[in-house]
Amino acid sequence: MKIAVPIKFVPDLVEELTIDPNGTALDTSWLRLIINEFDDHAVEQAILLKERGGGEVTVVAAEAEGVDDFLYTAAAKGADHLIKLTGDFGSGMNSHAAARALADLLKDSKPDLILTGVQAHNDLDGAVGPLLAELLDMPYVGYVAGVSSTNDKAIARKEYPGGIIAEMEIKLPAVLGIQAAEQPPRYVAYNRIRQVMGTSKIEERTITALDLSGGVTASRMFQPESSQRATILEGSPEEVADQMVGILKELGML
Amino acid sequence: MEITLSPLSPSVSKTFYASIHEMLDGERIRKCLQCGTCSGVCPFGYYMKYPPGKIIGTLRSEVFDLVMKTDSMWMCVSCSACSAFCPTQIPITAALMTRVKEEMILAGNVPAELQTALRNSQQYGNPMGESPRKRADWTTGIQPEINILGKTRQPVDVLWFVGDYASYHPRVQSATRALAKILNTLGVNFGILGPEENSDGDSQRLAGERGIFEMLAKKNGQTFRKYKFNKIVTTDPHAFNALKNEYPALGISYPVQHFTEFLAERLAQIKPLLKNEISAKIAYHDPCYLGRVNGVYDEPRELLRSIPGVELTEMSHQRANSLCCGGGGGGMWLDGFQWEKAHVRLSEWRVKEAISANANILAVACPYEPPRFEDATKTISSASHLKVREISELLVESMGL
Repeated sequence: MKIAVPIKFVPDLVEELTIDPNGTALDTSWLRLIINEFDDHAVEQAILLKERGGGEVTVVAAEAEGVDDFLYTAAAKGADHLIKLTGDFGSGMNSHAAARALADLLKDSKPDLILTGVQAHNDLDGAVGPLLAELLDMPYVGYVAGVSSTNDKAIARKEYPGGIIAEMEIKLPAVLGIQAAEQPPRYVAYNRIRQVMGTSKIEERTITALDLSGGVTASRMFQPESSQRATILEGSPEEVADQMVGILKELGML
Repeated sequence: MEITLSPLSPSVSKTFYASIHEMLDGERIRKCLQCGTCSGVCPFGYYMKYPPGKIIGTLRSEVFDLVMKTDSMWMCVSCSACSAFCPTQIPITAALMTRVKEEMILAGNVPAELQTALRNSQQYGNPMGESPRKRADWTTGIQPEINILGKTRQPVDVLWFVGDYASYHPRVQSATRALAKILNTLGVNFGILGPEENSDGDSQRLAGERGIFEMLAKKNGQTFRKYKFNKIVTTDPHAFNALKNEYPALGISYPVQHFTEFLAERLAQIKPLLKNEISAKIAYHDPCYLGRVNGVYDEPRELLRSIPGVELTEMSHQRANSLCCGGGGGGMWLDGFQWEKAHVRLSEWRVKEAISANANILAVACPYEPPRFEDATKTISSASHLKVREISELLVESMGL
């Protein structure tokens, strides 16, 4: 079974985000990038499927700072092929453009199963998974937490609100949006990653033109504004309770 | 405690046993008497399914796989008590325990808490996953302003290697600011690396992540080369240990001192400044990597003794026999794991010892300790009167800074 896992890097919230002078995008000068957490789970799920039923795992990522390290880490976990999409992404890569670029690539390699992270916090114009499924004319199931597969079908475990879980049978090839792998992404020793750096190869594929159409255009970005609406009541518990009752009466709630 | 090995598990036993003999003094492992001293002196030896002596037994009988199938190894806090008391002087911590942890890491047998700290170290250069840009935020408001070498590019006498917890942990920052004030008051020409500083990596190394240790050491080495300074002073005994004993093998070699050694050398200058009396009975906790591993026992005590009003008292475990705070060798990042297993924290034992020694202040010299011991005073009911103070904090209090 051939499994493809398209992944992407997203802004790392460990640094405070700032808006660039144009007001329409994030300021990239201090921006750190990190693997989209759901994509990390998609890679883990793919490796688990390979370990259970054999096959080949291909991880695909668009060029970004830190992507090489992530790809080598995936190889150390058991991924067989590493592909990096290169090109001029200066004008921004939205989900529509990413899905088109991936569809072109995956049309040729014909994977049986495509696992993507179900979402990313910078998916302004929808998640890549369903867009990709539409372009490749494959079925899509999202919010999947656990996959098993036989030759021509997969069984996806999907979680619903209220503690309801469904198991769905899907005919392959298909695209699944992974919410969580069956186990947390595994740890790989740094020395093992270093070893893989010497033996694995990242294959580069150039994307000549990005088609951004269909995506959204940000007209303006805003920093969340803080307002001073919190009042800290001070005093003994009795005094605080009295003040609280007073305030609630004032607001007409009592 | 049996767990399933990941498919990444390497084949160990014979090759592993042979590799131990190649470590420094590693051939001494052949002379193990199986006396059990190591397992007895080990603070968690009573709990581990395979304490050090038993691990050697499994290697001799070629059933080392049994060790790899448990998570017993993650109770080891790399405190080096086993190595210090071994009658045949086997370097148990360096040649056996750390190496076993390396194998565990390679096999993917790593508790989740530890994974997070290791990933953070790889990604951000500190185990807490804090922003590297904010590493010098603790300096805000200190006058004269702290010299961050990347900004000023001025040569200094002392490069102060501040370290992770001293830079980021809110409780430890108070001790860091105290040391900064002392250095300023003494007129020391010093600077820090700020955002360019990476974790010293020693605890990651002792937790078995040799690769991350080497990566971090290399980054620090490259940064050191950019600036001019005469020596390095560290807040953290782990950084002191790494710079003194581990970095030189990677070609990174500088004179290094722990801050207690550096200050003790300047006692004549410090003593007249210690004006305020601190009327307290103080028990000093020897950090494993300052005391037992590197032999610095007297300087911290000299500093404390020089504070007017201070009476020093000793706990039952002291100097070479000191009891680990529980934070070493990855213990800082295995707190939940170890608690779940043993239902005890070494920091709590230590706090009880301080109470038995009639101390009202527990003095420390390692950035892992203020939060660990302070937390322990909150869970031990008889410890509510016990204050935990870093040596710099006590000096600053006495100086009235």
